[in-house]
Amino acid sequence: MSDGSSGRLLVIIPAWNEEETLPDVLAEVRRTDPSWDVLVVNDCSRDRTSALAHRAGVMVLDLPINLGVGGAMRAGYKFALCRGYDRTVQLDADGQHDPAAIPDLLAVADQGPDIVIGARFAGKGDYAARGPRQWSMAFLSAVLSRITGVKLTDTTSGFKLCGRRAVALFAYDYPAEYLGDTIEALVIAHRAGLKISQAPVAMRPRAGGAPSHSPFKSAIFLGRAFFALLIALSRPARRVRPVS
Amino acid sequence: MNSYWFVLALCLALVVSLIQLLRRRRIREKYVALWIVVAIGVIVLGAFPGLTSSLARLVGIQLPANLVFTVALFFLLIVCVQLSVAVSSLEERTRRLTEEIALLRAERADSIPSTDPNGPADPTDLVDPADA
Repeated sequence: MSDGSSGRLLVIIPAWNEEETLPDVLAEVRRTDPSWDVLVVNDCSRDRTSALAHRAGVMVLDLPINLGVGGAMRAGYKFALCRGYDRTVQLDADGQHDPAAIPDLLAVADQGPDIVIGARFAGKGDYAARGPRQWSMAFLSAVLSRITGVKLTDTTSGFKLCGRRAVALFAYDYPAEYLGDTIEALVIAHRAGLKISQAPVAMRPRAGGAPSHSPFKSAIFLGRAFFALLIALSRPARRVRPVS
Repeated sequence: MNSYWFVLALCLALVVSLIQLLRRRRIREKYVALWIVVAIGVIVLGAFPGLTSSLARLVGIQLPANLVFTVALFFLLIVCVQLSVAVSSLEERTRRLTEEIALLRAERADSIPSTDPNGPADPTDLVDPADA
């Protein structure tokens, strides 16, 4: 615990076939702050992800069925809720998120918001998406900023801190669909009355795999994102019961 | 009159195979009921072709066959949507069970050191209960 007043923190790392990058990420988290609890949610990997996580001595949730990022994260939030963690941070297993930025998220969370997004395009770092994909992401962020009333620059970021109320909500309502875990989750949180904020972070390029810049794929991305957004907005809102 | 008996036989075969599936517990009643209603409807319409014509006249469709096609298409559409709803709810249920299993495993791992993090290998073979 870096800060006694803010309570226990759980770093949740959803991992699916990440044996190449996971050990480095785990070591890096430990170097950053050895007091943080770490949970690897192994999303039914076919490689040694689970074994490597066990060997690193962190807590592991082994899902017997592949559920996708959203599914893995909901399982992680359930774990956090069951064990009474006050805060969680989602960290990608591919090394894209820098654990050194977690204290920045915690600092913003201390000012009261339930969710803090680690955001690219917020003045820090030189990560840049280009072309149609960037326009899509900027457009989505503008729409979501309008909906939530808070300026958000990176709504598709998975690097997120959740407070108690957000964990309680997401443990039961966290979409497993594509983009559901980012865009739709923010809408769900906002409509449940949670406060969303962001902290600028630098993101590193993914260790493996190249993001797509083809206009066709970007169009599909935007279409699916907007569909997810519209459905999320039209769904009945869920309220969070006070956490005891 | 050949086609008359042909269609009638087809409908009867459908009803019999549905009941057979039900007997072997391959479908649950709530799904089979729907199809039995269809089969009975088709048998009635097949046995009394005049019924289709008068029904078509009633709703203002000139060709009786078109009435049958329209109703059939609409009905199949409803069934497909209903099945999608059922599949979605099943997916949500498997998701919850998956979470529960993972949480229970993690709890157990706290007390008992697990040798195989992926759990024991599946020792069973798939046996079709209908053949058992």
